[in-house]
Amino acid sequence: MRDQDFFWEGVRQGKLLFQKCAACGTLRQPPGPMCPHCQSLAWEPLEAAGRGTVAAWIVSKHPSQPDDNPRLVALIALEEGLRMISNLREVEEADVRLDMPVEVFFAEIGGAVLPQFRPAARV
Amino acid sequence: MSTLLSRTAIVGIGQTEFSKNSGRSELQLALEASKAALDDAGLSPGDIDGAVTFKLDSNDELDVMHYLGIRELRWCARTPGGGGGASATVQLAAAAVASGAAKAVLIYRAFNERSGRRFGQPMGGYGGGAPQQDIHFSFGLDTPAKIYALWYQPYMAKYGVTNEDLAQYVVIARQNAATNPRAWFYRKPITVADHQNSRWIVEPVLRLLDCCQESDGGVALIVTSADRAKDLLQPGVRVLAATQSHVNSSQEMFNYYRQDLSVFEELPAISAQLWAQSGLGPKDIDVALIYENFSPIVYMALEGHGFCGPGEAKGFIQDGHIGLGGSLPVNTHGGLLGEGYIHGVNNLLEGVRQIRGTAANQIADTEHVLVSAARSAVILGKL
Repeated sequence: MRDQDFFWEGVRQGKLLFQKCAACGTLRQPPGPMCPHCQSLAWEPLEAAGRGTVAAWIVSKHPSQPDDNPRLVALIALEEGLRMISNLREVEEADVRLDMPVEVFFAEIGGAVLPQFRPAARV
Repeated sequence: MSTLLSRTAIVGIGQTEFSKNSGRSELQLALEASKAALDDAGLSPGDIDGAVTFKLDSNDELDVMHYLGIRELRWCARTPGGGGGASATVQLAAAAVASGAAKAVLIYRAFNERSGRRFGQPMGGYGGGAPQQDIHFSFGLDTPAKIYALWYQPYMAKYGVTNEDLAQYVVIARQNAATNPRAWFYRKPITVADHQNSRWIVEPVLRLLDCCQESDGGVALIVTSADRAKDLLQPGVRVLAATQSHVNSSQEMFNYYRQDLSVFEELPAISAQLWAQSGLGPKDIDVALIYENFSPIVYMALEGHGFCGPGEAKGFIQDGHIGLGGSLPVNTHGGLLGEGYIHGVNNLLEGVRQIRGTAANQIADTEHVLVSAARSAVILGKL
């Protein structure tokens, strides 16, 4: 049992789940067993809409595995006020900008599903 | 101004050579460095009754005790996490001496970090980065360079610091290493063009020459009371202030979840404690030794410690302040980029040498040295 297991269970269902404290409503990230605000152990899942912006990004590559083929790693600022690490897809490196709007989609990579983000139309 | 900690002093330093392939065990490196520190101080193994190292150090205190010939240890402590705790080793040792828990504490850090387990390689191997394993690793975020590049970028974007700007610091560090015979990059200075021609490690933030080395080596220091220091071989180096800070919502590596990504909150926090303990301020510091896993942290540290204002580090460096002839020489030994990466503890040895007046690039009239590891720091001074 790990504190982040619920996140991956959500991903398998095509959802981006985060922890919302059942006592005080504080959103939690990264996943953990206790609310840092009120110390409650009770929480309920919050499904994020999957819209956000790029807070930081890099090209991840390494001469050895697993990133022999470069991929874009980004810190995504979700509109719910949380941040998460993911990958940027369907965009060229030269076109990536900080604060660009992105949206989630789910893709199979290496035999398992991962949440990925792609450019979204500016709302 | 005086605290209990300031009644302690560093009385001995020792090290092995810094290399890429030591050809001997990590324990041997720890013992060689520790023996050298004892000899430097004029102490014998029987004088040591405390040991401090990193949680990550592979050398068991009892093994070091056994082979070094220490009779009994009454104080053992380890700093958590990684290099952020480099200066915390002195705080732990000084606290033991000041409280009476130990009379003389050996600090050691030794590893084969290039020929053995390399910090720069993907963490956890392929399994650690497999899909659905981890909220960071599974997306490819699995080396320190990638992890830190992602949180240095918001600072750089906010203040207009480009990768080419970083060369200004790296050239200085490598110039200092070039005239330091202990440095791996002794006699190997670089130019801005060399920096810009070095390959990307993490585009668009870090090139090869922005990254600290991977090194094999061992270092050691001995801390005892300031009173006792007066009777020993070397001029004692007083611990004027020593502190750690870990501010809430902080993650040592994956530091992506606090409010403002462009601020390293620990730096002003440890600074406030340093100035309060010592009665000194930024203008009183003659030499600053700053832990740089990667070059951008030097910029954040110069600002976080108050040597210049937010966003001003780029101009501060361009104006020549941090070179050997500047108002605040930084990383006079070449830093972890130029001298070697012994997890930042080699910066403490340089601090001691600058106070003693025996550094390879000695800064004249050095009274106060800051040794900052961003999450821990000390100010060293004369006895």
